[in-house]
Amino acid sequence: MEYLYAFLFAGVACALAQILFNHTKLTAGHVTSLYTVLGAILSFFGIYEKCLQKFGAGASVLISNFGHMLYTSALEGYKAKGILGIFSELLCKSSAAITAAIVFAFVFSFIFKPRD
Amino acid sequence: MVNIMNKEEYKKLVKKYEPKKNNCMSLLISFLVGGLIGFIGQVIVNILITSFGIAKMDAYAWSCIIIIASGSLLTALGFFDSWVGKVKAGLIIPTTGFSHSVTSAALDYRKEGLITGLGSNFFKLAGSVILYGVISAFFLCILEVIIHG
Repeated sequence: MEYLYAFLFAGVACALAQILFNHTKLTAGHVTSLYTVLGAILSFFGIYEKCLQKFGAGASVLISNFGHMLYTSALEGYKAKGILGIFSELLCKSSAAITAAIVFAFVFSFIFKPRD
Repeated sequence: MVNIMNKEEYKKLVKKYEPKKNNCMSLLISFLVGGLIGFIGQVIVNILITSFGIAKMDAYAWSCIIIIASGSLLTALGFFDSWVGKVKAGLIIPTTGFSHSVTSAALDYRKEGLITGLGSNFFKLAGSVILYGVISAFFLCILEVIIHG
């Protein structure tokens, strides 16, 4: 059942983005940024946490999860260290995603040649 | 004699040669591909939890890393670009889109030098995601602190 939920949530989120692509002139950069900000806003209202519990990986594979991770780690940082915590812990949870993207992109760009 | 078209005629002409977008079809493909990535993510998470005994939160982080790595590898192998052209949102909205944009920038600009090419163009496409993510998270956190103390 959780597989179905994951499938449906990720599918619907992508379909909504496709509607944006089809009916507006927004580029991929616009839509991904929008989804990230939207993730942070949903996290602010506590909705994204519930989505993660209900839809599991369906919510965690989306780019909105990036905004959610940024917001929650900033808040946890504030609770631990005050204002300094917001600055020092904001990227804490999303570090895994950013570091993975940087390392793999860098290494693969040396192994493979660009194709056109 | 120069034939000057008025705006209406020009619009008609443009519309005639514009590639026709199949809206319903692209919607369905995005739904299926995006859903499939969510499904694969869930499969990875469950395998990590049951077979490797990894804690739930760590399993989500690992699945994120695995999906980013595979998106990066598929981009480097040259499959991803044509897929993104066809599927669009289904591959861009999951984290694969993030790794795709970083990897394709790295591949394309490496020949222009390590610093001036690769270094300065690395986050050309993904930078806006990080920038607006950090900005929105920061100010929402400040707002939360102001509201709830």
